[in-house]
Amino acid sequence: MPDLHTGEYGVYIWWAFGITALAFAGMIADSLLRARKWKRRVDALETQTLGNRP
Amino acid sequence: MFAFLANPQRFMAFSKVAAPLIGATAFLLLASGLWLTFSAPDDYQQGATVRMMFIHVPAAWLALFSYVCLAVASFLSLVFRHALADAAAKACAPLGATFTALALITGALWGQPMWGTWWVWDARLTSMLVLLLLWLAYIALRSAIDDETKAGRAAAILALVGAINLPIIHYSVVWWNTLHEGSSSFMKNTGSSHYLAPLALMALGYTAAFGSLWLVRIRAELYRRRASLLALRAAEA
Repeated sequence: MPDLHTGEYGVYIWWAFGITALAFAGMIADSLLRARKWKRRVDALETQTLGNRP
Repeated sequence: MFAFLANPQRFMAFSKVAAPLIGATAFLLLASGLWLTFSAPDDYQQGATVRMMFIHVPAAWLALFSYVCLAVASFLSLVFRHALADAAAKACAPLGATFTALALITGALWGQPMWGTWWVWDARLTSMLVLLLLWLAYIALRSAIDDETKAGRAAAILALVGAINLPIIHYSVVWWNTLHEGSSSFMKNTGSSHYLAPLALMALGYTAAFGSLWLVRIRAELYRRRASLLALRAAEA
């Protein structure tokens, strides 16, 4: 079973794991939001282009 | 495989399925790796701080691996002038910079209780700092030049020149007398299956996470280029 007791060095260990978790959350959020933003933009522009066609 | 994925349409179809699958694999690997990380016994010398190895070593591995990916993509972009390779190189940079920064930060947080110092100008730490500066220079150079083709070429040359730092990082603990421990003692320390299993799972999890996020970012970059093209056409019409 996992033991979360980290003793006298807990402050270093939890800071390291916390910063790592934050970095992963940041990378995931930034990547997904960026992809979603540009996909929406492409969809909107394609719809607009199709609407402009005679 | 590369020839197959070099076609942007095939790449988009492949990455649409592959990115979430690799992402889910990364989640499972990291979850089981974290479970084993906190189930592993304390080290007889380092105590509970040995757990930092399971996040520090994979971050350092990804810092180097992502730079190899950047160098390969830059080479393909420079030689074959392939737009997908250029998009892959650009998409790789923020991830590589983050993993390099993580390796330096977790290393400092591990170094303070074990070495008694956050930082020392030894060959391994300094060459890793140079790697972070290379990532930042790559990102800055790309955004400093308005012409995307010129920016891609200049950044690709910088990435290829910077690749000389990779063997320096790897062999720094052999070529110079460093405070950072060498790979031989690292292997000795991780000889126990208590430490080898979580380290392997976390390293695989980090690699899968990088693979999944890289695919998502390449998709975003291809969408961005498509949007620029469509906006230009709409303006011309």
